Amino acid sequence: MTDLLYYLPLLGIVIVVFGFALRLNPMLVVTVAALATGLFAGRNPVEVVSLLGKAFNDNRIIAIVWIVLPIVGLLERYGLQQRASTVIRSIKAATAGRLLLLYLLLRQATAALGLTSIAGHPQTVRPLVAPMALAAAEQQHRDLDDDSKERVKAYSAATDNVGLFFGEDIFIAIGSIVLIQATLATYGIALSPLELAVWAIPTAIAAFIIHGWRLLRFDRTLRRRRK
Amino acid sequence: MINMHWAYTLVGLMFAAFAIYSALDRTNGKRFGNAAFWGLMATSLLFGSAFAYLPALNLGTFFLAGEALGNFLNGLLVLALAGLAGFGFIGRSSPPTTTEGERLTWSYQLGNKLFLPALIIPATALIGTLAYNYTQVSGWGWIEERRETYIFLCLGALLALAVLIAWLRPAPAAPLQEGRRLIDAIGWAAVLPQMLAALGVVFAAAGVGTIIGDATRSMIPEGSIFLTVLVFGLGMALFTMIMGNAFAAFPVMAAAIGVPLLIQTYQGDPAVIGAIGMLAGFCGTLMTPMAANFNIVPAALLELKDRNGVIKAQIGTALPLLAVNIALIYFLAWR
Repeated sequence: MTDLLYYLPLLGIVIVVFGFALRLNPMLVVTVAALATGLFAGRNPVEVVSLLGKAFNDNRIIAIVWIVLPIVGLLERYGLQQRASTVIRSIKAATAGRLLLLYLLLRQATAALGLTSIAGHPQTVRPLVAPMALAAAEQQHRDLDDDSKERVKAYSAATDNVGLFFGEDIFIAIGSIVLIQATLATYGIALSPLELAVWAIPTAIAAFIIHGWRLLRFDRTLRRRRK
Repeated sequence: MINMHWAYTLVGLMFAAFAIYSALDRTNGKRFGNAAFWGLMATSLLFGSAFAYLPALNLGTFFLAGEALGNFLNGLLVLALAGLAGFGFIGRSSPPTTTEGERLTWSYQLGNKLFLPALIIPATALIGTLAYNYTQVSGWGWIEERRETYIFLCLGALLALAVLIAWLRPAPAAPLQEGRRLIDAIGWAAVLPQMLAALGVVFAAAGVGTIIGDATRSMIPEGSIFLTVLVFGLGMALFTMIMGNAFAAFPVMAAAIGVPLLIQTYQGDPAVIGAIGMLAGFCGTLMTPMAANFNIVPAALLELKDRNGVIKAQIGTALPLLAVNIALIYFLAWR
């Protein structure tokens, strides 16, 4: 019985997994999971609600990026996505895969210099990268089906993530490097940020090779799908 | 000094405008739901920290004042956001914008000059951050420490807005209406990352990390370095998938396996184990809807039909890369 009680807080994870699997509204799933976890851990309702509220307030920095929306919207109003497509169509050698490979390189390189916020899904993927990749794919395959268009957009977002994740840790002043250093320091293991950051390089190269190879192969799967 | 409260105020005012335009939008059947949802976001950004200064609240057994009251009110705000989103009170709107044909005409008239305002935001963030950190300006303490990129992002947005207004002279309401068009396309997914961050804090407070760490540790057979590395790498990825964040997984896996077994017992290189262990966690981030900021928000932003479309595009990179990371730890930590 004590064993079962010990594992009770894990029910929150079960709620999350089932909630996402059943495609219930994630906002509701997350809230119910948070309340259940807190209550199962023996906190009273006011404490749990307060804990949620404090954490939400402490993480308001996540909302700052939406400041770009009025500008992205205005640019779309004046045809930025159409312009991006026109430019790509004028480059005969452009394919969706090659274009995303170039973006992967740029995103990884700038993230490695600590410039993680200069690009991202609202800032660059929606207004520029996705329409360009789509235009390149449509130039190659005039009758691109809706499923393929979805995949081109999904790969555009995926490429931004891969570039960011496996570039940023090469930069010494990034949050994750600081966290590794601080965590190990509590066990009396002293490391400098630079000692940690150099070990992010092998994975960065592997990420570029693996994802880059998949991007070039993506062009070929688009070709097959058309037939 | 310019601190994050300036940025919160700016973004809060923008959400307040979204709320007002939502309430006035008669074409949207759920206009008051949208107005309430974005209005609550505005309230959080503008007053989230000021709640602590309200007069005390007495709830029978609970007497809340100061910080405790602020936290509780923020919690009620979170519940209201979740209720509005979860029970279908918000809907997508269609604010006035240009047609596909008009956009094509504009794009030919304006030509490649259209790219310039698009580059103002990243350029300001880039040049601002570099100039601030690598000149003596940073010593003057004008901007809150380690937050300068966010401040320059806001500054870049204002600069780009000014350039666009001066150049193209859109209708006065256009910037905010176009912004509302996009935020309504994203919908509740815009708030989900903050909700998940809050869930992570509750998980941590309930001791979920300790339970998972102990359970993982009990699975490891004694004496095999390779199997220990394997469980460490897979544990980082899996626990990151549960928490949506490698930052939450790392201290747990380091305490359970990384430090006591890999570093102290088997004498592996702590720099390799720490750095590449974290990157094994990042492979998990690519595969979970819990990392909403990276996986669910872009699906909404790009208007994908499949909410998990971005994750599906990433699994083929994440799994081989996880294997590479586990191999790298094994071969590099015991050079």
